Amino acid sequence: MDLSRRDIFKIGGKLLLLASAGATLEEILGAAPPSEAYRMADHWWGMIIDIDKCIGCGSCVRACAQENQVPAGFFRTWVERYQVEEGKQPLVDSPNGAMDGFPPSKRTDLKSFFVPKLCNQCASSPCVQVCPVGATFVSPDGVVLVDETYCLGCRYCVQACPYGCRYLHPQKRTVDKCTLCYHRITKGLTTACCENCPTGARQLVDFKNPEDPVHEFLRNNKVEVLKPYMATGAKVYYKDLDGAVR
Amino acid sequence: MIPGVDGFIYPNEVELQWGLLVVLYPYITGLVAGAFILASLERVFKVEAVRPTYRLALLTALAFLLVAPLPLQLHLGHPERSLEMYLTPHRSSAMAMFGFVYLWYLMVVLLLEIWLEYRADIVRLAQTTTGWQRLVYKLLTLGSENVSPEARRIDDKVSYIVTVIGIPSAFLLHGYVGFIFGSIKANPWWSSPLMPIVFLFSAMVSGIAAVLALYMAFMKVKKMPLDMGCLDTIAKYLFYTFVIDFSLEMLDLVQRTYEADESFRTLDFMVHTRLWGSQVILQICVGTLLPLALLAANQLWRFSVSRRKAMYLAASLLTMMGIFAMRWNVVIGGQLFSKSFLGYTTYKVGFAAREGLLSAIGLMALPFIIVVVLVKLLPPWAEGKPSENAVG
Repeated sequence: MDLSRRDIFKIGGKLLLLASAGATLEEILGAAPPSEAYRMADHWWGMIIDIDKCIGCGSCVRACAQENQVPAGFFRTWVERYQVEEGKQPLVDSPNGAMDGFPPSKRTDLKSFFVPKLCNQCASSPCVQVCPVGATFVSPDGVVLVDETYCLGCRYCVQACPYGCRYLHPQKRTVDKCTLCYHRITKGLTTACCENCPTGARQLVDFKNPEDPVHEFLRNNKVEVLKPYMATGAKVYYKDLDGAVR
Repeated sequence: MIPGVDGFIYPNEVELQWGLLVVLYPYITGLVAGAFILASLERVFKVEAVRPTYRLALLTALAFLLVAPLPLQLHLGHPERSLEMYLTPHRSSAMAMFGFVYLWYLMVVLLLEIWLEYRADIVRLAQTTTGWQRLVYKLLTLGSENVSPEARRIDDKVSYIVTVIGIPSAFLLHGYVGFIFGSIKANPWWSSPLMPIVFLFSAMVSGIAAVLALYMAFMKVKKMPLDMGCLDTIAKYLFYTFVIDFSLEMLDLVQRTYEADESFRTLDFMVHTRLWGSQVILQICVGTLLPLALLAANQLWRFSVSRRKAMYLAASLLTMMGIFAMRWNVVIGGQLFSKSFLGYTTYKVGFAAREGLLSAIGLMALPFIIVVVLVKLLPPWAEGKPSENAVG
């Protein structure tokens, strides 16, 4: 193929434009831009969590912290251990967000299970609603993100989140939260937490993909979202969620 | 175990996000709204007895309004971006409207009304003073030196209209602050349609109390006689407003207790432990029942002038403290329990930190300094001219 000098300049110019657009997006989202083949409109992301499969090892918490440089003492994802005695308030713990798993339980006579938590990527998100400048938003592919170059750090969204998923990043002084590993999923990868879960208890799902196993999962199982009465349009579905879970 | 945490809380809930400075924000805006509503009593509702405090109430409202955005500004993670709230407001956000409500109130209502009220005085002072004072007053005339009876009549008419617009604006300013909290469905301590109304009435209570205390203080310092008729009337209005405010708060409490929804046990425990001192003792007993008793006694019996003065002063200071405690209990109390309803965290106020005690004291002192300057610049009272009913 013969390329004229004009062609080379044209291609170079386009590449430059693409690179600068990508760099701007990366700056905004704090993540690498989606690959060229990725079309936001084709996806609607969420997660399914099989509580019975979670062994409370904390791999997801560690993977998330490492992948996203989550500051110590704050969590984009964490795991809670519930120990439920009939007729009593459940005993719940999550030592350091289960970063190092859990110590053995002292009680063996209780109904016990683990519940991984993360941002529920709500479609009608109360955090998005209250942001005074629109720095937090639902992306066209259904992920709740924070534009850290725009966030005021007023923390109204932290108050509005019913699930305790947001925090103020101590160095950036802006609000931080789970991005569903947006920098990974837009490249065709799964999230760091899902990739590192040894039992497959958490799975990234795309509701817009007709081939995604989520459709069969939702058809064949009893599922629930956290705090359904909050009507936030949460997109993290839990299989066999116990009523004790808050 | 994390120090200061009892039971289970979500791991990101250990630190409180809204601290002492966010407590100051509703407190200060409340004082603004309350002081303005007291001023409007004279202007719109023709309660002539409160005339001696009319101008002071306006200046008090202005002083506090100028300081109102500062605690929020200091609280922001990125204060340099706060202008974005005006430039690109997010229309679905209750907080985004703050700037507009604030500017409306400051520019359209308060500054305009004060200027119209003082215009004749400003023109007179611009002609009688010398040096830099003359220059300041000259600037304040905004180039309009016509104080003919006809011009004054127009001033009066416009001022009346501004006050009529100002009353719903004052309601909007503080009702809106209540809505910021009341509309958070994730937080049962805040989420209540009564919140804006409770905030509004508590604002009126604190503003009236503040003007009452300031009036007494200024008269003392200036060695001017107190107008007891005015004091009695303000105390009466303070009493009535306080009764409504307290009834609304009790209605909220009774409703919560009777409904006893899933959050009730958690909140009830919090009130009996972490909030016992600030809510039950400071807010309800010392900051509400005691001043109410002092004010009620004055409605029932006639005390001597000196006793009345002491009782009114005590009642107004206790009221201001009680309303501050109320703001504290709303803002801080709403973050002490976990949204899991299974545990509690603790709030410790820093001392020299950005959002610490020193900043709060500075911010609270600032409006009082401003009001002293404003009173100096725009004297609310004709010096040496006691009004009717005045006593020493």
